[in-house]
Amino acid sequence: MSKHDDDTFIEMKGIGKQYGGVTALEDVDFRVKSGEAICLAGENGSGKSTLIKILVGVEQPTSGQIFIDGKSYNHLNPRQAAAVGISVIFQDFSLFSNLTVAENIAFATHLSEKKRLFDRSATRRIAQEALDRIGVEIDLDARVETIPVAHKQLVAICRGLASNARLIIMDEPTTALTGREVQALLRIIRKLKDSGIAVVFVSHKLAEVLEVCEEVFVLRNGTNVADGPACDFDAASLTRHMTGRNISEAKPPLNIDQAKNLLVVDQLGKLGAFEDIDFELKEGEVLGISGVLGSGRTALAKALFGLVAPDRGSIALSGKNVALGNPIAATQAGIGYVPEDRLTEGLFLTQSIIRNVSVGRFDHHRSGGFLDLASLVNEARGWIEKLRIKAPDFEAEVKSLSGGNQQRVALARWLSQAPRVLVLNGPSVGVDVGSKADIHAIIRELAESGIGIVVISDDLPELLATCGRILMMKDGRIDSIVMAEETNEIELAAKLAS
Amino acid sequence: MTLHLLTKQNASTPEFRLAIIAIVVFITMSALSPDRFLSSQNIVSMAFQFPEFAILALAMTITMMTGGIDLSVVGVANLTAVISALILVNFAGADATGMVALLWLFAAFASAVLVGALSGLFNGILVARLGLPPILATLGSGLVFTGIAVAMTGGSAVMGFPDVVAWIGNAQVLLVPVPLIIFVLLAAALHVILTKTSFGLQATMYGANPLAALFAAIDINKLLIRVYVISGVLSSIAGMVIMSRANSAKADYGSSYLLLAVLIAVLGGVNPYGGYGRVMGVVLAVLSMQFLSSGLNMLQVSNFARELIWGALLIFVMVVNTADWSRFGKAKSGY
Repeated sequence: MSKHDDDTFIEMKGIGKQYGGVTALEDVDFRVKSGEAICLAGENGSGKSTLIKILVGVEQPTSGQIFIDGKSYNHLNPRQAAAVGISVIFQDFSLFSNLTVAENIAFATHLSEKKRLFDRSATRRIAQEALDRIGVEIDLDARVETIPVAHKQLVAICRGLASNARLIIMDEPTTALTGREVQALLRIIRKLKDSGIAVVFVSHKLAEVLEVCEEVFVLRNGTNVADGPACDFDAASLTRHMTGRNISEAKPPLNIDQAKNLLVVDQLGKLGAFEDIDFELKEGEVLGISGVLGSGRTALAKALFGLVAPDRGSIALSGKNVALGNPIAATQAGIGYVPEDRLTEGLFLTQSIIRNVSVGRFDHHRSGGFLDLASLVNEARGWIEKLRIKAPDFEAEVKSLSGGNQQRVALARWLSQAPRVLVLNGPSVGVDVGSKADIHAIIRELAESGIGIVVISDDLPELLATCGRILMMKDGRIDSIVMAEETNEIELAAKLAS
Repeated sequence: MTLHLLTKQNASTPEFRLAIIAIVVFITMSALSPDRFLSSQNIVSMAFQFPEFAILALAMTITMMTGGIDLSVVGVANLTAVISALILVNFAGADATGMVALLWLFAAFASAVLVGALSGLFNGILVARLGLPPILATLGSGLVFTGIAVAMTGGSAVMGFPDVVAWIGNAQVLLVPVPLIIFVLLAAALHVILTKTSFGLQATMYGANPLAALFAAIDINKLLIRVYVISGVLSSIAGMVIMSRANSAKADYGSSYLLLAVLIAVLGGVNPYGGYGRVMGVVLAVLSMQFLSSGLNMLQVSNFARELIWGALLIFVMVVNTADWSRFGKAKSGY
């Protein structure tokens, strides 16, 4: 059936995947050769995680075929994928933090050998061999929770090696690493390639790993929009292919110098999460907060809305202190929060779009103890139209909507409550490119109407496109404040990684 | 202009299927035993029988809507019945008549509702403030309530009420049994609460996704406490009906009603994970169970076979409804 080159390990042909009515992947061809590194690039929602899930057997494709060593499969299951040597390292590494380094590395091997008894010396031997192969030294008996992030990643790589991986897929491998650690990782990747192991990097920030890659493969909206030798790509062309346009989201110059301070955060701290957080937010300002995972940005965002109770410090809105650690008080004061994870935190998936939009307004549409349903629905419809939420039926469950429309529902809920400060945590995570630009436009519109907006994100283009100032967080502190006009993506990325 | 996604009357709603089941059971029983099942005597007798456990099923419904459960309903019903029975026996006495008896009945009823509300408040605090799983909190509190009732009575039945007490459970107004009137009023009230008030919608949405309710700044503590207080009040009214029909109160009456109330709520299409439930479905489930139970009684089917048939009915309805539930389950655990 397919032409099988000697060094082709995996070939996916005409892969398509539909979730309900949504097409996640359409007619995608993807090939991995032994010993080569591939950049699988694409924005959030482009379909790259779906492709990986199909490759590791977690999801079944709706069309297409997969060839492994020339053998054809309609779909894989996770056991088959592991058996042929496909290993994935997720962003959180999926390690057992209470077990030792050696136990974590040897775990998968033990499983596949169906050993019932724990053999300490074999465990150490397997782990040592794997570490030797990439030439690093890590204390075998250290518990994984005590070792640095970069070492955890290496442990995850070794776990793949110990179970005879032929392909290691790394999801967002550089997100949590410093610049020096990235270089160390690249050296290890070269070693892996020399020993015939293929590597796929999955990321929306690939400039850093481009130098060790042979091939680049770009997905956008579920289709393959560009592929070819890595030498033909640079950071700029990669971004262009990923976004599909030279997104000129030039923001209108907002004159906020004269504006009044809206939100003043003073000496806010919470043990183990963040400390000494001071900043002001002016009316009409869009303030960015960024930092790597674990920098405290999400805890800070939640603290602004009362979901995390700080130990000390204060938050004042227009000079009045807001009670800390109480979302209801925060809402009443006029602070809104759109969470990072729409599906579990943001939306009532099985409830109607109307209900999801109007949930914060029930108490405002009362007549004699009962809800005035007509006025409630009217108001919600107004917001649905204003935010151009596309749905055939507003009584439909909100989970039937696409990511972009779901995010607009989450926004509409807060906008209907006329907030004075809106905290948006990852406002465009998992939405398609078109919706993303729309959401950015909505953010700018809201700012123009005088709302103060805090955008928490690690999506640098997004921060640059929407924010005036960006607070860079590191180890729970504000490391620096960057003016978006005076920087660019590369500088910002370097700051983030430093 | 309806606000409810799932109210559309099509074949996929649990209520529609239940309506069909209720009708099928009714017609089958009528056909098998037409002169007895359709006799006015039987119809009236059925209307006296089901309200007491149907009211408990309403209490179960509102707690299940939030993804919780109230296993203390029978305990609350018996505790409140014992307390009002003691008031009636000790202050009014069996010989009381006229205004005096009526006033004491009113006082006893008011105390029962108050105790029911306090019991619900206790459950609500355990679940909302202290964060205990509802199934364990109410299992424990139910034992406590029953235990208090046992301690107050020494385990024996309290009897010797004024005659007027029997009116609640045994009288008819324009041929309609009073317990049925009480049930219809409570069911209508619960329907209005769940569909037409801010509290009802918030309770439903909390059941659909508790975390999202937190992020949407719903006052979850207040919400849950109100849910369990309403459950307690409904249980106490069921306790009054049971007391009146039995003309006595005892700490361990109606012990089979707890399971029955859970079964009816689930049969009635209430999603045990929370987020969906209609009072109409619960009413239809009650009717189906009662038709089946009375019909089998007339056909002189043994009690053992009757339980088998009830169980089979429950499993059948759950299998039919499973298509919907598996999606709810996934939505909750899949991410």
